[in-house]
Amino acid sequence: MTRTLQAAWTIARKDLRIEARSRELVYTTLFFAVACLLVFAFAFVRERPIDNAAAGILWVALAFSGTLALGRTFERERQGETLRALLLAPVERGAVYLGKLIALLLLMAAVEMVVVPIVGLLFSAPLLRAPALLAGLLALGTVGFAAIGTLFAAMLVRASSRDVLLPILLYPMTAPLLIAGVQGTAAIFADEPNLVLAQNWLAMLLFFDAVVVTVALWVFGAVMTE
Amino acid sequence: MSGGPHALAPDDFDRVSVRDVSRTFGRRRALARVSLDCRAGEIVAVLGPNGAGKSTLLGILATLMRPSDGEIRYGARTAAEAGDGLRGRIGVLGHDLFLYGELTARENLRFFGRLYDVSDLDARVDAALAAARLSDRADDRAGAFSRGLRQRLALERALLHAPRLVLLDEPFTGLDDDSAAHLSARLRELKLHGAIVVMATHDFETADGVVDRAICLDNGKLRDVPAGAGPLRERYRQALREARG
Repeated sequence: MTRTLQAAWTIARKDLRIEARSRELVYTTLFFAVACLLVFAFAFVRERPIDNAAAGILWVALAFSGTLALGRTFERERQGETLRALLLAPVERGAVYLGKLIALLLLMAAVEMVVVPIVGLLFSAPLLRAPALLAGLLALGTVGFAAIGTLFAAMLVRASSRDVLLPILLYPMTAPLLIAGVQGTAAIFADEPNLVLAQNWLAMLLFFDAVVVTVALWVFGAVMTE
Repeated sequence: MSGGPHALAPDDFDRVSVRDVSRTFGRRRALARVSLDCRAGEIVAVLGPNGAGKSTLLGILATLMRPSDGEIRYGARTAAEAGDGLRGRIGVLGHDLFLYGELTARENLRFFGRLYDVSDLDARVDAALAAARLSDRADDRAGAFSRGLRQRLALERALLHAPRLVLLDEPFTGLDDDSAAHLSARLRELKLHGAIVVMATHDFETADGVVDRAICLDNGKLRDVPAGAGPLRERYRQALREARG
């Protein structure tokens, strides 16, 4: 187990080092997410934002920008066929999945640190009403989205129509997660907040994540063996 | 055969046995009941026309693909019995070089060294850079190297963990005469240390003085290239003619 985690961290660090040099993913996802928010702000904010709009807009921006990052993170492994080299390493193949997932999570977390305050600013969202609960929803939502996305992006890495297939597979599978995220966040942002309801959605996300990560770790080795 | 980084560990394998291995992709048959034995200290060339199944055979030996039928034993064990650790005894140089262009030569080697849990990593990386004759460009990005330099780096990446089974797909591609001679010397060194080297190549002249024996794949079927005094290219053509009747 320790060896698996060590290998996963080695792979994640490698991805982050490459990203720190190119800044390709962070700029792409960040600019896309911010552009999304601005478009929604111009569309939905007049004198005051539409009720519950902030929660939905936040999660849409995160899901779309996350999809961009997902496609590119495995595109890098396609160049030079380095994914094969990772699969040849004497570690559980789940470590490769875990490493890619950790790197993607850290990247999405960096994007969220910019995007969430902008949502608060543009849509007057009360970010500090229940900050721990909001952070929990975002963290668990991101883990679930990235966990499913990493598995599908890896499976599709050799498919010629992967750019089309990834969203087609990803969005239906992540719909329950996005709904839970939106509902939980809306319960916090509402004029009459319902923190118990938000906690229930948080618990649902936790359950969803546990199932998704377990299944992904279980099947990754099999689906990556040609 | 003893000593050196490729010396046999107590639980290591000293032969690879391929038994009646077939592999199909949909309706296309890439390998048809291929059987082959490779022993420690032996360099085997896999020859054949494009699309004959050479890369498929190497992919199966590397455990990247499963055979549709038949089995491969690494010593007494199959890949499933040996587990993930078996991959630590296999080194692969693919046609694609398995290098990260954004990382430096040293970073590439360090990354793979960590994945393979190589001991005394800094010293091994320095030795690998020296063997690739890239010590003075260790901190340059691999993406900035010519094909030949990347090929040399990729070979050392494949050998960094001192594998028992070395699988090379077109290792002479992009190498100048000096580098090709250097690679030939490196292969002889591996042989001396007891590695099992299986090499797919079209470079008959360079391979001729290096390999112990050659096999020929044609349309997924294996045939031995006869040993003899003649040039490898002639013996290969003869094997191909006989295979095609």
